[in-house]
Amino acid sequence: MRSATLLLALALLALVVVCGAPLVGSESIPLGALWGDAEPGQIKILWTLRMPRVAVGFLAGAGLALAGMAFQALFRNALATPFTLGVSSGASLGAAIYIHLGLAFSFLRIPGESWFAFTGALLTIAVVYGLARAAAGASNVTMLLAGVAVSFFFSSMILFLQYLSDLTRTFRMVRWVMGGLESIVGVDTILTLFPFVFAGCAVVLYFRHELNLITTGEELAVARGVEVDRVKLVVFVVASIMVGAIVSVCGPIGFVGLMAPHICRLLIGPDHRKLAPATLLFGGAFLVACDTLARTVIAPTELPVGILTALLGGPFFVWLLLTRGGEE
Amino acid sequence: MPDPQSPVLEIANFSFRIGTKEILRDVTFSVAKGEYLSIVGPNGAGKTTLLKCIDRIHRGGSGRIAVYGRPLESYRQRELARHLSYVPQADGRVFPFTVEQFVLMGRYPHLNAFSSIGHEDRKTVLEVMERAAITPFAHRRLDTLSGGERQKIYIAAALAQGAEVLLLDEPTTFLDYRHQAEIRDLLAEVNRNSGVTIVAVTHDVNRAAMDSHRIVALSAGRVVFDGAPADIMQADTLEQIYETSFLLVGHPQGDVPIIAPQLPGEAGP
Repeated sequence: MRSATLLLALALLALVVVCGAPLVGSESIPLGALWGDAEPGQIKILWTLRMPRVAVGFLAGAGLALAGMAFQALFRNALATPFTLGVSSGASLGAAIYIHLGLAFSFLRIPGESWFAFTGALLTIAVVYGLARAAAGASNVTMLLAGVAVSFFFSSMILFLQYLSDLTRTFRMVRWVMGGLESIVGVDTILTLFPFVFAGCAVVLYFRHELNLITTGEELAVARGVEVDRVKLVVFVVASIMVGAIVSVCGPIGFVGLMAPHICRLLIGPDHRKLAPATLLFGGAFLVACDTLARTVIAPTELPVGILTALLGGPFFVWLLLTRGGEE
Repeated sequence: MPDPQSPVLEIANFSFRIGTKEILRDVTFSVAKGEYLSIVGPNGAGKTTLLKCIDRIHRGGSGRIAVYGRPLESYRQRELARHLSYVPQADGRVFPFTVEQFVLMGRYPHLNAFSSIGHEDRKTVLEVMERAAITPFAHRRLDTLSGGERQKIYIAAALAQGAEVLLLDEPTTFLDYRHQAEIRDLLAEVNRNSGVTIVAVTHDVNRAAMDSHRIVALSAGRVVFDGAPADIMQADTLEQIYETSFLLVGHPQGDVPIIAPQLPGEAGP
């Protein structure tokens, strides 16, 4: 009962954040704008700037948090994040190459930077898989190590490109890696991102029982009838592609994917039937809240949201750990 | 009582290797419905590997393993889990699920993908928790319980799974006397009253001889003994299996002798 109440509270919180966030900003907008009761200029800002940004923020936060939760369960490792397998380094390298080459194009109304980043993410997934399979049939440790090795390799490549590039381009690369939502305008990005996040979240939610069993141990999960290898492969690939898509649009926004699942675990327990929806709602609402703060706290200048997620989430997490961690 | 006419498990000429190391060689034996079979043998003999091959935690190997006369490969894992369950040693890392949540997860092979856990599942879980005498812990977290309590919970979850064959890996090895007795009684009870077939790997040959209908001994991956408890309890047979000396004495309550611990310096090859 308690967990049902908590889930409902989280859903309400998410709703309030998603509806409230677009009204806040350098130009404050009355609530009535949501149903057209405001000046035309305000309505335009609401629907072409604020709403798309909030929607993409929610999709990105929810997707990163849920992917982090799934990776933590599959690796049985509390430190796993959506970026553990190197997806974000691959995407960042793709974006860095694009910036270094001085390209400027867009295709299917999606900026070239995102295409390069997404290609980098997909290549990384393929490489990490290839390495892990070639080594020892994709055991957990091999995959983690392959991911870490690939991450470091790509990070060095990015540094190398930064060293080669001029100041402006280097700055753009550094800025890209901080992650942010300020470039989102109009409905295009939502439509691009939605299918990836929808598919990724649907797969993770579908495998909620399997994730529960795998956290109790892979051998035990097999004994209970889970096709562990198949579940791991499907979840890893679909979640990684989702993360790749998110990172390609927003950059590698950190912390949400690591901490949102842990915060929800402390609130609602380890059962993925409740943990997964809670993580999705919390991750989405948290990123939207952080982004709202990021664009208002030192207005008219905007902070990259990736800086705020850790600044706000870190202390909150420590507080939860101290007050609830010891509870039965 | 076991019915030799209907084997639940047939293993024929089964060999299994990990890398280039052959762990099991030409293993052949079968297990009758309702039988209580203990597998004994020295460390590294392949006992645990054999259990894991039977439950397809390890895949591959040559030869044949059949469950209810059907080859293992023809089963989907979920279907296999309705017949067999591997019960690991209750050590190692556990996630902080509650006892009830954990036992409920045993119902997995009976759920279809979109159905949530139903009335029937909850009823089964309450029954097995009562049976394993773990109802008082139902809302405790797994990581706050002792090894003995956890072992009972693992067995309860396997029973919730509806498995007719339990494959237990050293169910009592690291437990104190009271918990050993409780696990033993629980296994004997489900074997006797529900006809659950028990295949248990153990190091305790004394207990194996008293609890089981039959004993299989493995050494270096081969079956070196397959017979009645009374027949393994002979000094020369045990010495061949374990490559050390044994002192057997009469049991005050039964006919089968037991292994007595020897004084320091008396044992030797």
